[in-house]
This record gives sequence, structure tokens and C-alpha cells, in this order.
Amino acid sequence: MRFLIDIERRRDPKDKPYIQSFIYETEDRGHTVATALTWLNSIRDLKDTEGNSAEPIEWDRNCLQKKCGACAMVINGKPGLACDKRLFDLGARITLSPLKKFPKVRDLLVDRSIMEKNLVKMRVWMEGNASHYESVKDITYDASRCLQCGCCLEICPNFYDEGDFTGMAAAVGASRVLMEMGREEGREAYRTYERSFYKGCGKSLACRNICPAKIDIDRTLSGSNAVAVWKRHIKK
Amino acid sequence: MAINVIGAGLAGLSAASTLAETGVFVNLISLKSPYRAQSVLAEGGINAALDTMGEGDAPAEHFADTIRGGVFLSDPDAVRGLTDNAPHIVEKLLEMGTALNTKDGKAVLRNFGGQKKKRTAFSKSSTGKIIMTGLTDLARKYEAGGLIKTFFHHQVTHIDIQDKKCKGVRFFDVYTNKEYYSPGPVILAIGGYNGIFPEMTTGTVYNTGDLLADLFDEGLVLSNLEFIQYHPTTVGIPGKRLLISEAARGEGGRLFIYKDGTPWYFMEELYPDLKNLSPRDVISREMTKAVSRDDTGDTVYLDLTGISPDTWKGKLSDLREEVIYYMDLDPVKDHIPVTPGIHFFMGGIYVDKDHRTSAEGLYAAGECASQYHGANRLGGNSMLGAIYGGSVAAGAAIRDAVMEKDIKTDPEETGIVGKEFLSERKVNADTAFLIRDILLSGLGIIRNKEDMEEALGRLSELFQREDLTGAEKKRIQLGRAMLLCALLRKESRGAHFRTDHPERNDEDFRKTTVARITDGSIDISFEDIKEVML
Repeated sequence: MRFLIDIERRRDPKDKPYIQSFIYETEDRGHTVATALTWLNSIRDLKDTEGNSAEPIEWDRNCLQKKCGACAMVINGKPGLACDKRLFDLGARITLSPLKKFPKVRDLLVDRSIMEKNLVKMRVWMEGNASHYESVKDITYDASRCLQCGCCLEICPNFYDEGDFTGMAAAVGASRVLMEMGREEGREAYRTYERSFYKGCGKSLACRNICPAKIDIDRTLSGSNAVAVWKRHIKK
Repeated sequence: MAINVIGAGLAGLSAASTLAETGVFVNLISLKSPYRAQSVLAEGGINAALDTMGEGDAPAEHFADTIRGGVFLSDPDAVRGLTDNAPHIVEKLLEMGTALNTKDGKAVLRNFGGQKKKRTAFSKSSTGKIIMTGLTDLARKYEAGGLIKTFFHHQVTHIDIQDKKCKGVRFFDVYTNKEYYSPGPVILAIGGYNGIFPEMTTGTVYNTGDLLADLFDEGLVLSNLEFIQYHPTTVGIPGKRLLISEAARGEGGRLFIYKDGTPWYFMEELYPDLKNLSPRDVISREMTKAVSRDDTGDTVYLDLTGISPDTWKGKLSDLREEVIYYMDLDPVKDHIPVTPGIHFFMGGIYVDKDHRTSAEGLYAAGECASQYHGANRLGGNSMLGAIYGGSVAAGAAIRDAVMEKDIKTDPEETGIVGKEFLSERKVNADTAFLIRDILLSGLGIIRNKEDMEEALGRLSELFQREDLTGAEKKRIQLGRAMLLCALLRKESRGAHFRTDHPERNDEDFRKTTVARITDGSIDISFEDIKEVML
């Protein structure tokens, strides 16, 4: 099948973006957006559909198997991982653009440093030893799988790059440590969670079904809200 | 002064946190954030003789299995430290809240290759991801406390080595191209060199091996480059090999091939002792032999249909989801066709037991360093080696450094890296695939002199091409060194099997293969290893 891929491009953060189109052909139903981008960049003299020479397309990736979160971008209008989106599921015309909530770098590359800063701000680390209550084990495992890809922030109506609200990506991390920490050690983290996440979340739950790792947001939040906001004790 | 740590996978985070714990300032420099590190792909588990399963396990047995698994090429002193400290490392991970599988607060252990006792702590089959989450939290705590300064999306331009002494590191921001210089000791935690074999390994895109090739070119000593681990159970997916974790066999999975129309569980017949959990080099070799017989089919299958529903749910649910997604097969009822794929590099930077390299003030830990795994790494020992090795390297760096640890210096901005520099660093895809194919023709699972010599000849020819970039030339040199190590080791041992020298030869080759570039030419020698009694 022949796929026409429109890519929003810029060579510099200050540049006005433009669309450049490329053709990718395959009959392999397993091929993803990542496969197509890798192939396009393997061509020494890459040409667009108009026959013009094109610079290699800048995009972030690493594991190519949905485990590192690097290749998040907007695909046909929705955030997702390039290595997770199969071309045959997307249709013959595909649009790719960078995540819009983060500072642009070049082409599909964005600077997601704010996510790491928010994890620091949210105090996502353990103070004291973990409780290891069996009752929270499934939630802490699930939350530990967070890729920090940014898809949940891209779709969130309340998150923006320089805002106070940390968004779900930091809250998922916080939920793990909040549920494993003792009450004394967790006091400061509880306050931060309530201030930087709980009060800012508009409960639109737009993030619910977008997570590429399929983290159960409802279960995660019900755990961390109970501990940090409602000050409930966790049952062993 | 600060100590510079390059790489934010398990080894880098372990080194950085160990340094920060003792009050030393750290510059943590990495092209990617820890969430993108190859360590998150590690699946099956981490070995430690915790003996929580009541089998009477002990670190001495872990030591003996590691030495035997590495076919007596590992550094015994380093392995002793590794295996003695393993229980403490896993207990510490649990204290940190790392979501390993536990029962009554203690780690549950599973069987893993090359080991008869249950010794592998795990978190379903996502152990690397879960441990990385814990270690990233720990590093973040020190970052918030001002001891670790992170430079993610930064890449090394040059490790500053003068007269065999490391003076510092030059690196640049790949978003802005701004360059910095940071003086002081450097700990390399740069991972394996998957990029030498693009699309043919289970690893990540950015572990290219190009920094290793740079360092080799500048005279850093490497070792055991001929030992490449082919993991028995991988499948091809677009752009790479997908690992089917050894945990699948640890929990009861069996390998078979059709022989005269019926399943032949060849590992169980040929190796009645360890069966499907024989060391990886042994299984990969037997798989290669099995498919080349006249009376067998051409595909080896992994049969997981005997695994209980409870085990699927509690220990392997993630692996099942992955197989369904990528292969459209449900391993609960379908057999998975598997082939060996490149998974790990036992060789790398030559280090002593304290992770010192051949350059003073330069250390290496994790997959880029070579001393724990000898001729073949046991499953479950790579994460252990990375975490332990990172902490040992940090300890050595602290002991060796002449520095006032409470004085912090930030890296100094030195300018902008130029276009010429960036284009010289580029490895074009067509050249990369050419180098890969030449290397694969000589460095497969079963090797011989003729193939290796031919591959060397083709690489030498390619090296003469005038349009090569600097990085492409260095990659070819590294490849030549790998082939030369393999050619000169005239025996078979672990992952290195030669049809022209099929026997192990301890007298001449129970030695470390040492590679260095002297006056522009590659020099290979063999160095004695301390005796070990098991």
C-alpha cells in the first residue's frame, strides 16, 4: 500500500513551520510510523513528493517497542507513540506533527524537560523505607511502568508547559511513592500533591484512554487521592 | 570539582547516586533521560542468592555458576564482589519501594539460565523498567538536594585524555548545539554497541557504540570483543529483534523443533541437567545445529502452553500482551517461532576489578565494561553487574580523586559545535548496514577462519573508500578489532565457537583478549587471568 505522509517541519524553534510530504510503500501490516520515518531517514538524498531534496527528519526514538516513550508525537491529530501506530490502521494519508504542549526543537523533536522538572517539584522519591503493603502492590507496579512520554499532558486541557499544574505524568509517579511512604515521611509530598496536582486537575479525564502503557489512571488516582488528600490509612 | 557520569541507565544512575550519597557533586550527562535508557528493556530479573525459596542457595554458588557460565574468563575477584553484594543490592531495591514480585515482604525468586537454584528476583517480565523507575527516583532525590546536576539531551563530543590521564569531558546540547567542558574524573556508563549491528539486536537505537569506537581510536584498551551474546529466543519486528524473556523458560517454557513430523524437545534430550535453562550460548548453538539437520524443520518453537494460569497472571502477563501485539499469537495456546538474536556484548572497555580503565581518572561500568561475564553472560547478571559495577566505579573514583568534594564547579560553556563536526560524526545508514553485514558474515553463532578472514578483507577494502566520515572509519576499526579478537582466539569457548577449533584450550586461551590501537594499527594480545578453584 502507498502511504502519503505529511510532516510538520521546522529547522529551528523560531522558524515558521511548513508541511513536507513523503511517500512510503509497504505491504507489511506490522510497519509503524517509526518504520516509515526510519526508512525515509536511511535515504542519502531524500526527496519529498514534489521531487525537492529534503533534510533528514528529526524525531526522537530509542527502543522501538513501546517501552521508552521517546517517539511520542501527534499522529493524525492524536498523541501517540510512532512505534505503536501501525500505518494500515491510520489510512492512506497520515499527518505527523510535534507534541504542541512542549517547546519545539526541530521537526518532530520537542523538549520535554518540564516533565522531569515536575517530578522533582512533586517530590517523586522515597523518604524512609517502603511499606510493601500487599494491597498497593498492583498500583505501584502499574504506576512504575509510566513512560514519561507526555501523551497524557498533550491531551490535558489543564496542563501547559510553564504552568503550576504538573499533570498526570507527575501524579502517576507521585502515586507510587505516596502509597509506599509512611505518614510522617510523606507529609511534605502529600501537600505538594494536593497543591500541584489535585487542585489543578479539572477532572476532564481526557488522559484516561490515551496512555500508551495503558496505566489504569482511575485506580492510580483513587489510591493517591485517598492517601494524600483524604488522609486515609492504607490497609495492609 | 564534580565527577562526570556519562549515561543514565542502571550503571550511570547507580554510579551517580553512590557518589551523591557520599556528598560528591555529580554531572550526569546523557543523550537521553533515564526513561529512554536501554536498561528499561531488561526483562527477566536480577540475580541474588537471597535464598528466599528455601533451596539452600548461597553467594558462593552464584559465584561458581557465574564463573562456569562465563567459561572461566571472568575476573574472579570482580565476580566475588558481584555475587557477595547481590543480596544487599536487591534488599536495598525493596527498601526503596521498587515493585519487585514479593511474598511477605521478601523477593520471590525464579529459575534462570545456567543456574539450578531459584535466584532471580523479578517484576513480572518488566524488571528493568521497574528497577529503573526506583533508581531514577533515588537520583532525583539527590538532584533536588543539589548534588546531581543533570544534562539530559547532551552528547559527548570528546573525552579529554592526555598522556593516558582523563582530564575531563567535552559535551554538547543536541537541542541547541551549545558545547560545554567539565573537568574532572569521568565514569563511562554508555551501554553496549548495538549500533554496530543496526536492526539486528534487541537493544536501542542510540546505543551506537560510536563513543566506544572514538575511545578505541584514541588508544583506550578494550577486551574480549569476540564474545557477542546471541539470545536464543528473539523474534523480528520492524527495526529490531524483540526479546522473548528467559523468564518464559524459567517459568516452564520449552524449546522444540519438528523432527520427522513430531515435536523434538532437543534441549531436554541433549542437556538433561539444565535442559531449556542451559546457558544462552549453548542453546543458541544447539538451535542453529537443529535447524540445519536434514530430518528437522527449519523453525524452532517456544512452547509456553504448559504454564499455569496463575503464573501467566502474576508473573508473565506483560510478556503475553507483547507476544499477542507483535506476533498475533497467544502464547497460552500457540507456539512461538523463535531465532537467536544479538542481545549483549560481554566484551568492551578493559577494566580492573574496581572498574578503572587503561586511562587514569576514567572508569567504565555496565555493558560497556568487560570483566564480570567472561565468554558468556548468565541471564539475570546484567542488571546486577550494572548496578554493582556503577557503585564500585564510583567508589574507585572517589578514592582516586584528589579533590575537595564540597566545592562545586559547573561545566563551562565553550561555544557552539560546528556543522563540519556534526557531519563527521554521522554514520550513514547504507554504510552502517554494509559494516553490519560484513561483521555478521564473520561473527555469527558458528564461526570459522575463512569467513573471519574474508570479513576482515572486506572491512579493510571498505576502509579505503574516500567518502567515509570520521565516525564510519572508527566504526570499521572497531569492527576489525572484533574480528581480529575472534580470529586469534583459536579455540571454542562460550559465545565464541569455531568449527576449525571446536575444543576449549585452557592452556593457551584461558586468557583475556586485549585490543588496543598502537601507532595507527590494531594490536591484539592475551593476558593471564587469576586462577580460580570451584
